[in-house]
Amino acid sequence: MLQINSVTKQFGGIKAVDDFTCRVKKGHIHSIIGPNGAGKTTLVNMITGVYRVDSGTIFLDGADITNISTDKLVYRGICRTFQNLEICGNLTVLENVLLGFDKYMDKGLLKSCFRAKSILDDEKRYTDRAKHLLGLIGLEDLADKKAENLSYGILKKLEIVRALGTSPELILLDEPVAGLNPKETQEISDLIRTVVADEVTIILVEHDMKMVMQVSDYITVMNFGKKLAEGTPDEIVNNQDVIRAYLGSGVVC
Amino acid sequence: MLKRYNINRDILTLSAILIIIPFFFQNDFYYEIAIVSLLNALICIGLNMLMGYAGQVSLGHGAFAGLGGYIAVILGSKYGITPLFSIFIAVVTMSLFAFIISKPILRLKGHYLAMATLGIGIIISIVLNVEDELTGGSDGMSVDSFTIFGYEFVDSLQWYMLCSFLLVFTIWMFSNLIDSPFGRVLRSIEGSEKAANSVGINVSHYKSIVFVISVVIATIAGSLYAFFSGFISPSEASFSHSIELVVMVVLGGLGRIYGAIIGAVILTILPQLLTSFEDYQTLIYGSIIIFVMIFMPKGIASVYEDVKGRLFASNK
Repeated sequence: MLQINSVTKQFGGIKAVDDFTCRVKKGHIHSIIGPNGAGKTTLVNMITGVYRVDSGTIFLDGADITNISTDKLVYRGICRTFQNLEICGNLTVLENVLLGFDKYMDKGLLKSCFRAKSILDDEKRYTDRAKHLLGLIGLEDLADKKAENLSYGILKKLEIVRALGTSPELILLDEPVAGLNPKETQEISDLIRTVVADEVTIILVEHDMKMVMQVSDYITVMNFGKKLAEGTPDEIVNNQDVIRAYLGSGVVC
Repeated sequence: MLKRYNINRDILTLSAILIIIPFFFQNDFYYEIAIVSLLNALICIGLNMLMGYAGQVSLGHGAFAGLGGYIAVILGSKYGITPLFSIFIAVVTMSLFAFIISKPILRLKGHYLAMATLGIGIIISIVLNVEDELTGGSDGMSVDSFTIFGYEFVDSLQWYMLCSFLLVFTIWMFSNLIDSPFGRVLRSIEGSEKAANSVGINVSHYKSIVFVISVVIATIAGSLYAFFSGFISPSEASFSHSIELVVMVVLGGLGRIYGAIIGAVILTILPQLLTSFEDYQTLIYGSIIIFVMIFMPKGIASVYEDVKGRLFASNK
Protein backbone atom coordinates (compact mmCIF):
# COMPACT_ATOMS: atom_id res chain seq x y z
CA MET A 1 0.00 0.00 0.00
CA LEU A 2 2.66 2.50 1.06
CA GLN A 3 6.07 2.20 -0.51
CA ILE A 4 8.99 4.24 0.79
CA ASN A 5 11.97 4.13 -1.56
CA SER A 6 15.38 5.10 -0.16
CA VAL A 7 14.30 8.44 1.33
CA THR A 8 16.90 10.70 2.89
CA LYS A 9 16.54 13.79 5.07
CA GLN A 10 19.45 15.84 6.22
CA PHE A 11 19.50 18.59 8.87
CA GLY A 12 22.77 20.48 8.61
CA GLY A 13 25.43 17.78 8.64
CA ILE A 14 23.25 15.15 10.29
CA LYS A 15 21.37 12.60 8.27
CA ALA A 16 18.19 12.15 10.30
CA VAL A 17 16.88 9.58 7.86
CA ASP A 18 19.44 7.91 5.62
CA ASP A 19 18.46 5.92 2.54
CA PHE A 20 15.45 4.34 4.22
CA THR A 21 13.31 1.84 2.33
CA CYS A 22 10.18 0.19 3.61
CA ARG A 23 6.85 -1.28 2.47
CA VAL A 24 3.64 -1.13 4.42
CA LYS A 25 1.02 -3.76 3.56
CA LYS A 26 -2.66 -2.95 3.36
CA GLY A 27 -4.60 -3.64 6.56
CA HIS A 28 -1.45 -4.07 8.63
CA ILE A 29 -0.56 -2.38 11.87
CA HIS A 30 3.03 -1.57 11.01
CA SER A 31 5.14 -0.33 13.87
CA ILE A 32 8.30 1.70 13.57
CA ILE A 33 10.50 1.52 16.64
CA GLY A 34 13.99 2.59 17.54
CA PRO A 35 15.96 4.47 20.19
CA ASN A 36 15.39 8.20 20.68
CA GLY A 37 16.77 10.21 17.78
CA ALA A 38 16.60 7.27 15.39
CA GLY A 39 14.59 9.35 12.90
CA LYS A 40 11.12 7.91 13.42
CA THR A 41 9.24 11.20 13.73
CA THR A 42 11.31 12.67 10.88
CA LEU A 43 10.13 9.76 8.75
CA VAL A 44 6.50 10.41 9.70
CA ASN A 45 6.98 14.08 8.90
CA MET A 46 8.35 13.21 5.48
CA ILE A 47 5.49 10.84 4.66
CA THR A 48 2.94 13.47 5.69
CA GLY A 49 4.61 16.28 3.77
CA VAL A 50 5.70 18.36 6.77
CA TYR A 51 9.35 18.05 5.72
CA ARG A 52 10.54 17.96 2.13
CA VAL A 53 12.27 14.76 1.18
CA ASP A 54 15.91 15.41 0.14
CA SER A 55 16.01 12.34 -2.08
CA GLY A 56 13.93 9.23 -2.62
CA THR A 57 10.25 8.68 -3.36
CA ILE A 58 7.07 7.72 -1.52
CA PHE A 59 4.22 5.93 -3.29
CA LEU A 60 0.68 5.31 -2.08
CA ASP A 61 -1.11 2.57 -4.00
CA GLY A 62 1.13 3.19 -6.98
CA ALA A 63 0.68 7.00 -7.00
CA ASP A 64 3.62 9.27 -6.22
CA ILE A 65 2.89 11.28 -3.06
CA THR A 66 6.41 12.56 -2.38
CA ASN A 67 6.38 16.12 -1.00
CA ILE A 68 2.61 16.59 -1.21
CA SER A 69 1.43 18.89 1.60
CA THR A 70 -0.31 17.53 4.69
CA ASP A 71 -3.71 19.02 3.91
CA LYS A 72 -3.78 17.65 0.36
CA LEU A 73 -2.72 14.20 1.59
CA VAL A 74 -5.88 14.07 3.70
CA TYR A 75 -7.83 14.03 0.45
CA ARG A 76 -5.65 11.12 -0.71
CA GLY A 77 -6.58 9.19 2.43
CA ILE A 78 -3.61 9.80 4.72
CA CYS A 79 -4.09 11.28 8.18
CA ARG A 80 -1.88 11.54 11.23
CA THR A 81 -1.80 12.26 14.94
CA PHE A 82 0.98 14.05 16.79
CA GLN A 83 3.59 13.13 19.36
CA ASN A 84 2.89 16.39 21.19
CA LEU A 85 -0.86 16.67 21.43
CA GLU A 86 -2.42 18.94 18.81
CA ILE A 87 -5.99 19.53 19.91
CA CYS A 88 -7.91 22.78 19.57
CA GLY A 89 -8.40 23.63 23.23
CA ASN A 90 -10.71 26.52 22.38
CA LEU A 91 -13.23 24.14 20.73
CA THR A 92 -15.52 21.66 22.42
CA VAL A 93 -14.85 17.94 22.29
CA LEU A 94 -17.59 17.50 19.70
CA GLU A 95 -16.26 20.34 17.57
CA ASN A 96 -12.82 18.78 17.59
CA VAL A 97 -14.29 15.58 16.18
CA LEU A 98 -16.39 17.54 13.68
CA LEU A 99 -13.16 19.08 12.47
CA GLY A 100 -12.23 15.62 11.28
CA PHE A 101 -15.21 15.66 8.92
CA ASP A 102 -14.24 19.08 7.64
CA LYS A 103 -13.16 17.86 4.21
CA TYR A 104 -16.71 16.70 3.46
CA MET A 105 -18.43 19.90 4.54
CA ASP A 106 -19.71 22.75 2.43
CA LYS A 107 -17.90 25.93 3.47
CA GLY A 108 -19.06 28.41 0.83
CA LEU A 109 -18.61 31.92 2.19
CA LEU A 110 -21.90 33.46 1.11
CA LYS A 111 -23.84 30.29 1.87
CA SER A 112 -22.36 30.34 5.39
CA CYS A 113 -23.24 34.01 5.90
CA PHE A 114 -26.85 33.46 4.89
CA ARG A 115 -27.33 30.07 6.53
CA ALA A 116 -28.06 28.13 3.35
CA LYS A 117 -29.90 24.87 3.86
CA SER A 118 -26.97 22.80 2.59
CA ILE A 119 -24.76 24.20 5.36
CA LEU A 120 -27.25 23.40 8.11
CA ASP A 121 -27.93 19.91 6.69
CA ASP A 122 -24.21 19.12 6.54
CA GLU A 123 -23.74 20.28 10.09
CA LYS A 124 -26.57 18.08 11.35
CA ARG A 125 -25.48 15.02 9.39
CA TYR A 126 -21.87 15.17 10.53
CA THR A 127 -22.80 16.05 14.11
CA ASP A 128 -24.64 12.71 14.25
CA ARG A 129 -21.63 10.91 12.86
CA ALA A 130 -19.24 12.72 15.20
CA LYS A 131 -21.40 11.73 18.18
CA HIS A 132 -21.31 8.15 16.98
CA LEU A 133 -17.49 8.26 16.95
CA LEU A 134 -17.45 9.81 20.42
CA GLY A 135 -19.66 6.95 21.57
CA LEU A 136 -17.01 4.46 20.49
CA ILE A 137 -14.58 5.89 23.02
CA GLY A 138 -17.25 6.58 25.64
CA LEU A 139 -17.01 10.35 25.53
CA GLU A 140 -20.61 11.27 24.60
CA ASP A 141 -21.13 12.87 28.00
CA LEU A 142 -18.19 15.20 27.51
CA ALA A 143 -19.23 16.30 24.01
CA ASP A 144 -19.96 19.89 24.97
CA LYS A 145 -16.99 20.39 27.30
CA LYS A 146 -14.15 22.63 26.17
CA ALA A 147 -11.27 20.39 25.12
CA GLU A 148 -8.74 22.39 27.16
CA ASN A 149 -10.44 21.27 30.38
CA LEU A 150 -9.94 17.56 29.76
CA SER A 151 -7.16 15.20 30.79
CA TYR A 152 -4.21 14.29 28.61
CA GLY A 153 -5.34 10.67 28.26
CA ILE A 154 -8.77 11.63 26.94
CA LEU A 155 -7.28 14.10 24.48
CA LYS A 156 -4.92 11.44 23.12
CA LYS A 157 -7.98 9.33 22.29
CA LEU A 158 -9.78 12.35 20.91
CA GLU A 159 -6.93 12.97 18.49
CA ILE A 160 -7.24 9.45 17.05
CA VAL A 161 -11.00 9.80 16.74
CA ARG A 162 -10.62 13.15 14.97
CA ALA A 163 -8.29 11.52 12.47
CA LEU A 164 -10.90 8.79 11.90
CA GLY A 165 -13.38 11.45 10.84
CA THR A 166 -11.39 12.04 7.67
CA SER A 167 -12.04 8.33 6.84
CA PRO A 168 -8.40 7.67 6.05
CA GLU A 169 -6.99 4.56 4.38
CA LEU A 170 -3.68 5.06 6.11
CA ILE A 171 -3.27 6.62 9.52
CA LEU A 172 0.03 7.50 11.15
CA LEU A 173 0.05 7.48 14.93
CA ASP A 174 3.10 9.22 16.38
CA GLU A 175 3.55 7.94 19.94
CA PRO A 176 -0.16 7.61 20.82
CA VAL A 177 0.49 6.29 24.34
CA ALA A 178 3.49 8.42 25.35
CA GLY A 179 2.97 9.62 28.91
CA LEU A 180 -0.12 7.52 29.58
CA ASN A 181 -0.66 5.13 32.47
CA PRO A 182 -1.06 1.36 31.86
CA LYS A 183 -4.85 1.49 31.91
CA GLU A 184 -5.03 4.32 29.38
CA THR A 185 -2.41 2.57 27.25
CA GLN A 186 -4.58 -0.53 27.20
CA GLU A 187 -7.59 1.54 26.17
CA ILE A 188 -5.71 3.07 23.27
CA SER A 189 -4.41 -0.37 22.22
CA ASP A 190 -7.97 -1.65 22.18
CA LEU A 191 -9.11 1.39 20.23
CA ILE A 192 -6.38 0.86 17.66
CA ARG A 193 -7.02 -2.84 17.30
CA THR A 194 -10.79 -2.92 17.23
CA VAL A 195 -12.01 0.32 15.78
CA VAL A 196 -9.17 1.50 13.66
CA ALA A 197 -7.60 -1.62 12.24
CA ASP A 198 -10.84 -2.94 10.80
CA GLU A 199 -10.83 -0.47 8.00
CA VAL A 200 -7.48 1.24 7.85
CA THR A 201 -3.78 0.59 7.63
CA ILE A 202 -1.76 1.96 10.53
CA ILE A 203 1.80 3.13 10.89
CA LEU A 204 2.56 3.22 14.58
CA VAL A 205 5.57 4.99 16.06
CA GLU A 206 5.90 4.08 19.71
CA HIS A 207 8.36 3.46 22.53
CA ASP A 208 6.08 1.31 24.68
CA MET A 209 7.40 -2.14 23.69
CA LYS A 210 4.68 -4.09 25.44
CA MET A 211 2.05 -2.26 23.41
CA VAL A 212 4.01 -2.51 20.16
CA MET A 213 4.44 -6.27 20.55
CA GLN A 214 0.77 -6.63 21.41
CA VAL A 215 -0.78 -4.80 18.47
CA SER A 216 1.72 -4.95 15.61
CA ASP A 217 1.49 -7.17 12.56
CA TYR A 218 4.91 -6.12 11.37
CA ILE A 219 7.76 -4.08 12.86
CA THR A 220 10.57 -2.03 11.35
CA VAL A 221 13.42 -1.04 13.63
CA MET A 222 15.38 2.14 12.94
CA ASN A 223 18.71 3.24 14.32
CA PHE A 224 20.69 6.35 13.33
CA GLY A 225 18.32 7.01 10.44
CA LYS A 226 18.82 3.61 8.86
CA LYS A 227 16.75 0.45 8.87
CA LEU A 228 18.23 -1.97 11.40
CA ALA A 229 15.81 -4.86 11.10
CA GLU A 230 12.28 -5.77 10.15
CA GLY A 231 9.96 -8.66 10.74
CA THR A 232 7.08 -9.94 12.80
CA PRO A 233 7.11 -9.16 16.53
CA ASP A 234 8.55 -12.60 17.31
CA GLU A 235 11.40 -12.18 14.87
CA ILE A 236 12.23 -8.75 16.22
CA VAL A 237 12.34 -9.84 19.86
CA ASN A 238 15.00 -12.39 19.01
CA ASN A 239 17.03 -10.25 16.63
CA GLN A 240 20.60 -9.77 17.92
CA ASP A 241 21.11 -6.40 16.16
CA VAL A 242 18.00 -5.01 17.80
CA ILE A 243 18.98 -6.20 21.24
CA ARG A 244 22.39 -4.62 20.75
CA ALA A 245 20.92 -1.28 19.66
CA TYR A 246 18.66 -1.08 22.68
CA LEU A 247 20.96 -2.50 25.34
CA GLY A 248 24.36 -1.42 24.06
CA SER A 249 26.97 -3.46 22.22
CA GLY A 250 29.31 -4.06 25.15
CA VAL A 251 26.88 -6.30 26.99
CA VAL A 252 27.82 -9.96 27.00
CA CYS A 253 25.15 -12.18 28.43
CA MET B 1 -38.42 30.89 11.10
CA LEU B 2 -36.46 32.98 13.60
CA LYS B 3 -34.34 30.01 14.51
CA ARG B 4 -33.83 28.96 10.92
CA TYR B 5 -32.26 32.35 10.18
CA ASN B 6 -30.56 32.69 13.55
CA ILE B 7 -32.41 35.84 14.60
CA ASN B 8 -31.68 35.56 18.29
CA ARG B 9 -32.23 37.62 21.41
CA ASP B 10 -28.88 39.39 21.19
CA ILE B 11 -29.45 40.76 17.72
CA LEU B 12 -33.02 41.86 18.56
CA THR B 13 -31.74 43.62 21.68
CA LEU B 14 -29.10 45.44 19.69
CA SER B 15 -31.65 46.54 17.08
CA ALA B 16 -33.97 47.78 19.81
CA ILE B 17 -31.19 49.78 21.45
CA LEU B 18 -30.19 51.33 18.13
CA ILE B 19 -33.80 52.35 17.47
CA ILE B 20 -34.35 53.82 20.94
CA ILE B 21 -31.21 55.88 21.55
CA PRO B 22 -31.81 58.60 18.92
CA PHE B 23 -34.72 59.77 21.09
CA PHE B 24 -32.15 60.83 23.68
CA PHE B 25 -29.99 62.76 21.21
CA GLN B 26 -30.12 66.48 21.92
CA ASN B 27 -28.23 67.78 18.90
CA ASP B 28 -26.21 66.84 15.84
CA PHE B 29 -23.09 66.31 17.89
CA TYR B 30 -24.67 63.25 19.55
CA TYR B 31 -25.46 61.85 16.13
CA GLU B 32 -21.93 62.43 14.99
CA ILE B 33 -20.45 60.54 17.93
CA ALA B 34 -22.97 57.73 17.44
CA ILE B 35 -22.18 57.40 13.73
CA VAL B 36 -18.42 57.37 14.33
CA SER B 37 -18.98 54.71 17.01
CA LEU B 38 -21.03 52.62 14.61
CA LEU B 39 -18.43 52.84 11.84
CA ASN B 40 -15.60 52.02 14.24
CA ALA B 41 -17.65 49.09 15.51
CA LEU B 42 -18.03 47.91 11.93
CA ILE B 43 -14.26 47.86 11.39
CA CYS B 44 -13.81 46.15 14.76
CA ILE B 45 -16.15 43.32 13.79
CA GLY B 46 -13.90 42.47 10.85
CA LEU B 47 -10.75 42.97 12.89
CA ASN B 48 -12.17 40.78 15.64
CA MET B 49 -12.78 38.02 13.12
CA LEU B 50 -9.12 38.22 12.17
CA MET B 51 -7.69 38.65 15.68
CA GLY B 52 -10.20 36.98 17.96
CA TYR B 53 -11.27 34.05 15.83
CA ALA B 54 -8.44 33.33 13.42
CA GLY B 55 -5.80 34.53 15.90
CA GLN B 56 -3.90 36.82 13.51
CA VAL B 57 -2.98 40.31 14.68
CA SER B 58 -3.08 43.39 12.44
CA LEU B 59 -1.73 46.82 13.30
CA GLY B 60 -2.65 48.16 9.87
CA HIS B 61 -6.42 48.27 9.78
CA GLY B 62 -6.67 52.00 10.33
CA ALA B 63 -4.45 52.45 7.28
CA PHE B 64 -6.52 50.01 5.24
CA ALA B 65 -9.71 51.84 6.17
CA GLY B 66 -8.06 55.17 5.30
CA LEU B 67 -6.67 53.97 1.98
CA GLY B 68 -10.03 52.45 1.06
CA GLY B 69 -11.70 55.74 1.91
CA TYR B 70 -9.21 57.69 -0.21
CA ILE B 71 -9.75 55.41 -3.21
CA ALA B 72 -13.52 55.90 -3.02
CA VAL B 73 -13.20 59.67 -2.55
CA ILE B 74 -10.65 60.20 -5.34
CA LEU B 75 -12.73 58.15 -7.79
CA GLY B 76 -15.69 60.37 -6.97
CA SER B 77 -14.00 63.77 -7.03
CA LYS B 78 -11.50 63.28 -9.88
CA TYR B 79 -13.42 60.92 -12.14
CA GLY B 80 -17.01 61.77 -11.29
CA ILE B 81 -18.03 58.24 -10.35
CA THR B 82 -21.14 57.95 -8.16
CA PRO B 83 -20.38 57.31 -4.46
CA LEU B 84 -21.93 53.84 -4.28
CA PHE B 85 -20.04 52.65 -7.35
CA SER B 86 -16.78 54.23 -6.21
CA ILE B 87 -17.09 52.42 -2.86
CA PHE B 88 -17.66 49.25 -4.82
CA ILE B 89 -14.47 49.82 -6.85
CA ALA B 90 -12.58 50.67 -3.65
CA VAL B 91 -13.75 47.37 -2.14
CA VAL B 92 -12.64 45.39 -5.18
CA THR B 93 -9.25 47.16 -5.29
CA MET B 94 -8.64 46.80 -1.57
CA SER B 95 -9.60 43.12 -1.54
CA LEU B 96 -7.13 42.46 -4.35
CA PHE B 97 -4.49 44.45 -2.48
CA ALA B 98 -5.25 42.57 0.75
CA PHE B 99 -5.17 39.21 -1.00
CA ILE B 100 -1.78 39.92 -2.56
CA ILE B 101 -0.11 41.17 0.63
CA SER B 102 -1.77 38.44 2.73
CA LYS B 103 0.19 35.67 1.00
CA PRO B 104 3.63 36.73 2.23
CA ILE B 105 2.75 38.48 5.50
CA LEU B 106 0.39 35.86 6.94
CA ARG B 107 3.24 33.36 6.84
CA LEU B 108 4.58 35.37 9.78
CA LYS B 109 3.36 34.81 13.30
CA GLY B 110 2.90 36.83 16.49
CA HIS B 111 5.22 39.81 16.85
CA TYR B 112 6.57 39.48 13.33
CA LEU B 113 3.10 39.62 11.83
CA ALA B 114 2.36 42.67 13.97
CA MET B 115 5.55 44.31 12.67
CA ALA B 116 4.72 43.52 9.04
CA THR B 117 1.18 44.93 9.24
CA LEU B 118 2.52 47.92 11.14
CA GLY B 119 5.06 48.53 8.38
CA ILE B 120 2.47 48.34 5.62
CA GLY B 121 0.21 50.67 7.57
CA ILE B 122 2.97 53.24 7.96
CA ILE B 123 3.89 53.02 4.27
CA ILE B 124 0.26 53.65 3.32
CA SER B 125 0.14 56.61 5.67
CA ILE B 126 3.34 58.10 4.19
CA VAL B 127 2.14 57.61 0.62
CA LEU B 128 -1.14 59.39 1.41
CA ASN B 129 0.81 62.28 2.93
CA VAL B 130 3.28 62.64 0.09
CA GLU B 131 1.11 62.11 -2.98
CA ASP B 132 -0.47 65.53 -2.57
CA GLU B 133 -1.58 65.87 -6.19
CA LEU B 134 -4.01 63.01 -5.68
CA THR B 135 -4.68 63.15 -1.96
CA GLY B 136 -4.22 66.79 -1.04
CA GLY B 137 -1.33 65.80 1.22
CA SER B 138 -1.49 66.35 4.94
CA ASP B 139 -4.23 68.98 4.54
CA GLY B 140 -6.61 66.30 3.34
CA MET B 141 -9.39 66.89 0.85
CA SER B 142 -13.06 67.68 0.91
CA VAL B 143 -15.58 65.06 -0.14
CA ASP B 144 -18.78 65.40 -2.15
CA SER B 145 -22.07 64.47 -0.53
CA PHE B 146 -23.18 60.87 -0.43
CA THR B 147 -25.98 59.62 -2.63
CA ILE B 148 -27.54 56.22 -3.22
CA PHE B 149 -29.27 56.06 -6.63
CA GLY B 150 -29.76 59.83 -6.59
CA TYR B 151 -31.09 59.87 -3.02
CA GLU B 152 -28.93 62.31 -1.10
CA PHE B 153 -27.83 61.76 2.48
CA VAL B 154 -27.92 65.16 4.13
CA ASP B 155 -29.13 64.92 7.69
CA SER B 156 -27.59 62.93 10.51
CA LEU B 157 -30.60 60.72 11.13
CA GLN B 158 -30.30 59.25 7.63
CA TRP B 159 -26.65 58.48 8.24
CA TYR B 160 -27.42 57.05 11.63
CA MET B 161 -30.01 54.71 10.15
CA LEU B 162 -27.75 53.64 7.30
CA CYS B 163 -24.87 52.83 9.64
CA SER B 164 -27.11 51.08 12.17
CA PHE B 165 -28.62 48.90 9.48
CA LEU B 166 -25.19 48.07 8.12
CA LEU B 167 -23.91 47.16 11.58
CA VAL B 168 -26.84 44.90 12.46
CA PHE B 169 -26.70 43.22 9.07
CA THR B 170 -22.94 42.65 9.34
CA ILE B 171 -23.27 41.21 12.83
CA TRP B 172 -25.99 38.88 11.65
CA MET B 173 -23.85 37.61 8.76
CA PHE B 174 -20.83 37.41 11.00
CA SER B 175 -22.56 35.30 13.67
CA ASN B 176 -23.89 32.97 10.98
CA LEU B 177 -20.39 32.61 9.61
CA ILE B 178 -18.87 31.88 13.01
CA ASP B 179 -21.55 29.25 13.69
CA SER B 180 -20.90 27.48 10.39
CA PRO B 181 -18.20 24.93 9.50
CA PHE B 182 -16.27 27.85 8.02
CA GLY B 183 -16.24 29.54 11.42
CA ARG B 184 -15.14 26.34 13.08
CA VAL B 185 -12.18 26.22 10.71
CA LEU B 186 -11.23 29.76 11.76
CA ARG B 187 -11.44 28.92 15.44
CA SER B 188 -9.44 25.74 14.90
CA ILE B 189 -6.65 27.82 13.34
CA GLU B 190 -6.43 29.79 16.56
CA GLY B 191 -6.54 26.56 18.56
CA SER B 192 -3.88 24.66 16.66
CA GLU B 193 -2.72 25.24 13.11
CA LYS B 194 -1.10 21.82 13.03
CA ALA B 195 -4.35 20.14 14.00
CA ALA B 196 -6.28 22.06 11.36
CA ASN B 197 -3.68 21.17 8.77
CA SER B 198 -3.79 17.49 9.72
CA VAL B 199 -7.49 17.17 8.88
CA GLY B 200 -7.07 18.67 5.42
CA ILE B 201 -7.47 22.39 6.07
CA ASN B 202 -5.33 24.69 3.96
CA VAL B 203 -4.55 27.09 6.79
CA SER B 204 -2.94 29.89 4.78
CA HIS B 205 -5.90 29.94 2.37
CA TYR B 206 -8.33 30.58 5.24
CA LYS B 207 -6.09 33.18 6.83
CA SER B 208 -6.05 35.04 3.51
CA ILE B 209 -9.83 34.90 3.17
CA VAL B 210 -10.38 36.29 6.67
CA PHE B 211 -7.79 38.98 6.14
CA VAL B 212 -9.51 40.03 2.90
CA ILE B 213 -12.94 40.05 4.59
CA SER B 214 -11.66 42.25 7.41
CA VAL B 215 -10.04 44.66 4.95
CA VAL B 216 -13.25 44.83 2.89
CA ILE B 217 -15.26 45.77 5.98
CA ALA B 218 -12.64 48.37 6.91
CA THR B 219 -12.79 49.82 3.39
CA ILE B 220 -16.57 50.16 3.51
CA ALA B 221 -16.47 51.80 6.94
CA GLY B 222 -13.55 54.06 5.96
CA SER B 223 -15.30 55.25 2.79
CA LEU B 224 -18.57 55.88 4.58
CA TYR B 225 -16.75 57.87 7.23
CA ALA B 226 -15.17 60.07 4.55
CA PHE B 227 -18.53 60.69 2.88
CA PHE B 228 -20.21 61.32 6.21
CA SER B 229 -17.68 63.84 7.51
CA GLY B 230 -17.30 65.47 4.09
CA PHE B 231 -13.56 65.47 4.58
CA ILE B 232 -10.70 63.00 4.53
CA SER B 233 -7.14 63.41 5.74
CA PRO B 234 -4.17 61.07 6.24
CA SER B 235 -4.88 61.01 9.98
CA GLU B 236 -7.64 58.46 9.24
CA ALA B 237 -4.89 56.16 8.01
CA SER B 238 -2.47 56.95 10.82
CA PHE B 239 -0.74 54.49 13.05
CA SER B 240 -2.62 55.76 16.10
CA HIS B 241 -5.97 55.01 14.45
CA SER B 242 -4.80 51.43 13.76
CA ILE B 243 -3.74 51.03 17.36
CA GLU B 244 -7.02 52.50 18.55
CA LEU B 245 -8.94 49.86 16.58
CA VAL B 246 -6.87 47.04 18.08
CA VAL B 247 -7.42 48.43 21.57
CA MET B 248 -11.18 48.57 20.91
CA VAL B 249 -11.24 44.90 19.96
CA VAL B 250 -9.09 43.78 22.90
CA LEU B 251 -10.88 46.00 25.42
CA GLY B 252 -14.28 44.80 24.26
CA GLY B 253 -13.23 41.17 24.26
CA LEU B 254 -11.32 39.14 21.69
CA GLY B 255 -13.43 36.47 20.05
CA ARG B 256 -16.68 37.93 21.33
CA ILE B 257 -18.98 39.27 18.65
CA TYR B 258 -20.53 41.99 20.77
CA GLY B 259 -17.23 42.77 22.45
CA ALA B 260 -16.06 44.63 19.35
CA ILE B 261 -19.10 46.90 19.49
CA ILE B 262 -18.78 47.59 23.19
CA GLY B 263 -15.09 48.42 22.78
CA ALA B 264 -15.70 50.69 19.80
CA VAL B 265 -18.53 52.58 21.46
CA ILE B 266 -16.70 53.08 24.74
CA LEU B 267 -13.43 54.20 23.18
CA THR B 268 -15.21 56.60 20.83
CA ILE B 269 -17.33 58.18 23.55
CA LEU B 270 -14.77 58.19 26.36
CA PRO B 271 -12.53 60.98 25.01
CA GLN B 272 -15.65 63.18 24.57
CA LEU B 273 -16.76 62.54 28.16
CA LEU B 274 -13.29 63.31 29.46
CA THR B 275 -12.88 66.68 27.71
CA SER B 276 -13.96 68.45 30.90
CA PHE B 277 -10.81 67.16 32.60
CA GLU B 278 -8.78 69.18 30.09
CA ASP B 279 -5.07 68.62 30.79
CA TYR B 280 -5.66 65.32 32.54
CA GLN B 281 -7.78 63.85 29.73
CA THR B 282 -5.16 61.53 28.27
CA LEU B 283 -3.98 60.44 31.70
CA ILE B 284 -7.47 59.40 32.77
CA TYR B 285 -8.17 57.79 29.41
CA GLY B 286 -5.01 55.69 29.71
CA SER B 287 -5.71 54.75 33.33
CA ILE B 288 -9.20 53.55 32.50
CA ILE B 289 -7.87 51.30 29.75
CA ILE B 290 -5.14 49.91 32.01
CA PHE B 291 -7.62 49.18 34.81
CA VAL B 292 -10.07 47.48 32.48
CA MET B 293 -7.32 45.25 31.12
CA ILE B 294 -6.06 44.37 34.61
CA PHE B 295 -9.44 43.51 36.07
CA MET B 296 -11.15 42.21 32.92
CA PRO B 297 -8.35 40.60 30.94
CA LYS B 298 -10.81 38.87 28.62
CA GLY B 299 -12.55 42.14 27.83
CA ILE B 300 -15.68 43.92 28.92
CA ALA B 301 -17.98 41.48 27.08
CA SER B 302 -16.64 38.63 29.23
CA VAL B 303 -17.96 40.33 32.36
CA TYR B 304 -21.46 40.29 30.92
CA GLU B 305 -21.06 36.57 30.15
CA ASP B 306 -19.82 35.88 33.69
CA VAL B 307 -22.76 37.70 35.21
CA LYS B 308 -25.19 35.88 32.94
CA GLY B 309 -23.52 32.57 33.82
CA ARG B 310 -23.80 33.24 37.56
CA LEU B 311 -27.44 34.30 37.32
CA PHE B 312 -28.39 31.11 35.51
CA ALA B 313 -26.32 29.03 37.90
CA SER B 314 -28.06 30.54 40.94
CA ASN B 315 -31.47 29.86 39.39
CA LYS B 316 -30.69 26.15 39.46
